Amino acid sequence: MISQTFTVLNPSGFHARPTKVFVQKVGTFPCKVNVIKGEKKVNGKSSLSMLTLGIQQNDEVTLEVDGEQEEQAIKELGALLTYIFEE
Amino acid sequence: MTKRLTGIAASPGIAIAKAFRLNNDHYETAPEKVADALIEVERFRKAIEEAKLELEEIKDLTEQRMGAAKAEIFEAHLMLLEDPDYIDAIIEGIEGEGLNAEYKLHEVARSFIEVLSSMDNELLRERASDVRDVTGRIMSRLRGVSYAAISAINEPCILIAEDLTPSDTAQLNLDYVLGFVTEIGSRTSHSAIMARSLEVPAIVGAGAAAVEIKTGTMIIMDAVEGAVLIAPSDEEVESYQARKAAYDQRRVELRKLLDRPTISADGHRVELAANIGSVEDLQKVLANGAEGIGLFRTEFLYMGRNALPSEEEQFQVYKHVLERMDNKPVVIRTLDIGGDKELPYMKLPVESNPFLGLRAVRLCLSKQDLFRTQLRALLRASSYGQLKIMFPMIAVVDELLAAKQLLQEEKEKLVLEGIAVSETIEVGIMIEVPAAALAADFLAKESDFFSIGTNDLIQYTMAADRMNETVSYLYQPCHPAILRLIQMVIQAAAKEGKWVGMCGEMAGDETAIPILLGMGLHEFSMSASSILPARALIKQTSHRDWAGYTEQILSLSSQSQIKQFVEQKTRSDLK
Repeated sequence: MISQTFTVLNPSGFHARPTKVFVQKVGTFPCKVNVIKGEKKVNGKSSLSMLTLGIQQNDEVTLEVDGEQEEQAIKELGALLTYIFEE
Repeated sequence: MTKRLTGIAASPGIAIAKAFRLNNDHYETAPEKVADALIEVERFRKAIEEAKLELEEIKDLTEQRMGAAKAEIFEAHLMLLEDPDYIDAIIEGIEGEGLNAEYKLHEVARSFIEVLSSMDNELLRERASDVRDVTGRIMSRLRGVSYAAISAINEPCILIAEDLTPSDTAQLNLDYVLGFVTEIGSRTSHSAIMARSLEVPAIVGAGAAAVEIKTGTMIIMDAVEGAVLIAPSDEEVESYQARKAAYDQRRVELRKLLDRPTISADGHRVELAANIGSVEDLQKVLANGAEGIGLFRTEFLYMGRNALPSEEEQFQVYKHVLERMDNKPVVIRTLDIGGDKELPYMKLPVESNPFLGLRAVRLCLSKQDLFRTQLRALLRASSYGQLKIMFPMIAVVDELLAAKQLLQEEKEKLVLEGIAVSETIEVGIMIEVPAAALAADFLAKESDFFSIGTNDLIQYTMAADRMNETVSYLYQPCHPAILRLIQMVIQAAAKEGKWVGMCGEMAGDETAIPILLGMGLHEFSMSASSILPARALIKQTSHRDWAGYTEQILSLSSQSQIKQFVEQKTRSDLK
């Protein structure tokens, strides 16, 4: 299992559309992905649980990845968290 | 006695019909032990599959009726039907506890709805209604009833509901549903936005009493004023029928003015433009027949983020606006920050009188890097349309000269870099400080145009903050002091052959329009929805007559006298 912390840059935080993009990406990996903010840890494959984290801009979010292709997953998902949501 | 409710007029119009109370109580459910958990899981899976098919259909329907963007919400709903923490949790619950699907569905959904509806972020709170919507849909499949029963409506009615879910709104049969009233909601909730795009009258946020309206009760909904009349008298129905006919007729008349120039009854032409605050407003601007953009506030580019926007980012936005406006004039105002608008990341010192402090062009001249970046972005965008650059809060000629100097320097640099810059960019200023109005003759020599910003001009002239309720009575656009300043500005510009616009709220005010027309204002810039009514008003107003009234108006001593005068004359115009 590997984990790494990222800072979310998207100014509007993490609601419907960014969450959809992120969860769909998680779905392409066979490994287990947990997303942790503060005390709360949720399943990265569930958009509903992701929404309940209420991720805002500048939040520190930790990814915990376990299983096949974990290196690849943490790299790509971390990049998504950091950059793509600057839409 | 007729009972009366008030709410937010989310989509305008008037409707008179019997109420249809939408019942979405799919949630009341009790735990029951099931004989065979596997069969129960199968039943649940089947409900999910059916819900998916329904949603696919609604998504297609929405796409046809309201476009792909509005249909996106149903993609989110479809995703929920595959969400592991929602669906799998229910299935595991059924298997593990041997309880009925309805109960587990209710329980799991409720926990998510509770968390989401208690969040600080409005956008996230709205997601709770998606979970409610999807849950209601699965629940009704489990119970073998049709969800929401909206499709079963077959006579004219006004829908009454707690809130209309996106899927309710998408399925409305507009042959029968004449409007809707909801207990909760705001102008920006899904149902409100969809009502506006379907052009069906809607009142939202009418309070708990709204859902007590029973199916079959006669109601009048006045979604112009935001009023609901329950069980009205025959006289009231009659009076509203007349109002509705007049309203509908007016809408038809206004639509006819969409692509017409704005010309007074005696053939004097002026320009009606729109104020915008972001690119999202463009759609409305184009749909309402604006002849240009009279004020593009660039603040949004700088706000709600933690660093200054780059030149490239700004360039893309300005270029986009110019291109969408298809060579119609676009007045872009340079950064107007300070006063009540802060940029936390700039860490500006706290001032004891921010409205009299380092704001707008003053700030830009003291932070030249920031200003030069914006000027470069504007200049680069200038070759994509008819750009006019406007500096806010100019008080003295020197400020204008300094700003123009920076603009010139950046222009020369760009030319040296071989970047195309339009040769015909007009450079103007906002007149919003009394000093600028009083010395407009000097400023007119150095500007290509003026735009009068009445919100600030009135506040500074009256020395009264209009947000302060105790002194807001001093916000008087038609006070003689304000009108005299405006007249001075227009006359000073005319002497130099320059044009004058107005981009404050006063430009869309029906009392002020005839006065301003008479004074010779060239351009009126307002919120997009005011454009067609303003065009209709100008069409029946004589420029020559009102020019003749100016002296008389300026001799009246108070706003109330002036308003009364305008009302009298306008009424006689209509005869």
